Amino acid sequence: MPDPLPTDSVGIVTPQTLHFDTPITLACNRALESYDLVIETYGRLNGDASNAVLICHALSGHHHAAGYHGKEDRKPGWWDSCIGPGKPVDTNRFFVVSLNNLGGCHGSTGPSSINPQTGKPYGPDFPVITVRDWVHSQALLADRLGIDCWAAVVGGSLGGMQALQWSLDYPDRLRHAVVIASTPRLSAQNIAFNEVARQAITSDREFHDGRYFEHNTLPRRGLMLARMVGHITYLSDASMGEKFGRELRDQAYKFGYDAEFQVESYLRYQGERFSESFDANTYLLMTRALDYFDPAYEHDNDLAKALLRASCEFLVLSFSTDWRFTPARSQELVDAMISARRKVSYAEIDAPWGHDAFLIPTPRYTAIFESYMDRVAREVGA
Amino acid sequence: MRTDLKIIEQWISPGSHVLDLGCGDGTLLDYLQREKSATGFGLEINPDHITTCMSRGVSVIEQNLDTQGLGNFEDHTFDTVLMTQALQAVRRPDVVLDEMLRLGREGIVTFPNFAYWRLRWYLIRRGRMPESETLPYKWYNTPNIHLCTFKDFEALCYRKGFRILNRTVVDGEHQDRWLSRLWPNMLGQIAIYRITREES
Repeated sequence: MPDPLPTDSVGIVTPQTLHFDTPITLACNRALESYDLVIETYGRLNGDASNAVLICHALSGHHHAAGYHGKEDRKPGWWDSCIGPGKPVDTNRFFVVSLNNLGGCHGSTGPSSINPQTGKPYGPDFPVITVRDWVHSQALLADRLGIDCWAAVVGGSLGGMQALQWSLDYPDRLRHAVVIASTPRLSAQNIAFNEVARQAITSDREFHDGRYFEHNTLPRRGLMLARMVGHITYLSDASMGEKFGRELRDQAYKFGYDAEFQVESYLRYQGERFSESFDANTYLLMTRALDYFDPAYEHDNDLAKALLRASCEFLVLSFSTDWRFTPARSQELVDAMISARRKVSYAEIDAPWGHDAFLIPTPRYTAIFESYMDRVAREVGA
Repeated sequence: MRTDLKIIEQWISPGSHVLDLGCGDGTLLDYLQREKSATGFGLEINPDHITTCMSRGVSVIEQNLDTQGLGNFEDHTFDTVLMTQALQAVRRPDVVLDEMLRLGREGIVTFPNFAYWRLRWYLIRRGRMPESETLPYKWYNTPNIHLCTFKDFEALCYRKGFRILNRTVVDGEHQDRWLSRLWPNMLGQIAIYRITREES
């Protein structure tokens, strides 16, 4: 944690664990009898509970979106650039809620949690969770927090899908949906990349059909490979070129197959670190949730028809070099919204960092996000 | 409120669904939303304008008419499609006009008159491309690549079978003067046309 603390930081935050006793039925027709959700909140809920903003996380995200857990923390929460006093999601005005989704591995009930029926980790027995299930559990969380209607539900990538799903499943419970660097459904190429990641994990000898905890091991190698391939899709050719180029770790080629290029050693390092801190079954679950997301599917593949249920206003943002969820995918979503006569604003932000751009503040991104959220705040009197 | 916007406002019926091509900072749409309970979108490419639209609650889509066209909008989506002071700056004004009346029942277009007497006089006297307060650019850096006269515009409407429902001619300050009504193509600086494809 920097000393002194920047004035636009939410400072030291403490996560809370909320326990839910009422069973939740999932899209796969199975139910979780009870479960925990870990959340963090920033800012204060106003008298009429109208200033609440829900932050939905992406594939490897969690509840720790802003601030620091302690003085020794090197890095702040994953979206600290956008959440804090005076930042686009201004904690002086909004009450911000961020959670770890069901199936996650950062404290909310997931495959690495203990299954109360067996006393062992769920592992592969944990049900497959969908975006709709997450939104359902988030609605129950809102009930618990006394929030009838979110001022905005905000998310990037997989988080943006949750914001979109909110607008369809609980149209009266949000005023705005902010969908950043997202897509109305995965393309074959997107699913293909997820499949490579899953194959990397499940073919690791240490995976043991998902029961690695019982074998006192972890499928590190598989998870590392999964992360490496995923990581490539989050960056752009240009940003990788800028960061690493063809730079070698030593002066000359060694005519071997060790990590000689900087980009190789970077990917290996990131992958290894990730494999120590993330649960492999959660990774499988999250990528499957991505694959299954397709709100148009139940409406004759007509996204505009699906959107007729929505009543909130939308902000859709894309990034020029994002090739995972390209601007064209956001435009597809926007076109459906236009056709369904929903209120929507859209901008394509020029940024070199590929899909990851949604996590990196740039002047135009910040200006748009800030002015939109400022309007949301004014609307609810915050 | 600019006079031309006031004039346009009279031609928008309450509750209309409108599309504003090149909506700028959203002044007109904001006004129409508040005063006429209109709904709709603005299209814009200027980043600062887009941000301003968003902060005032005008739905704005970043879309470039020249490179992206309007193919993503379905037929008959809008009551009125507007384009103020942008016709002369697009690559194919004729195609844009066609598109406007594909998407909307009515179109409202404003543009500067290149046959305004001061511009004619400028050309005659100096033999150089006219510059004025309305057209303050050099020939090589002007965004106005398709300037026309009122007569040109009306000829195009005739050729395309568009019906001109209204025409108001104003001066540089957007005032409606009796002189410019007398001989519009000579004395009018800016025209506001309301057109449709429908039969009377």
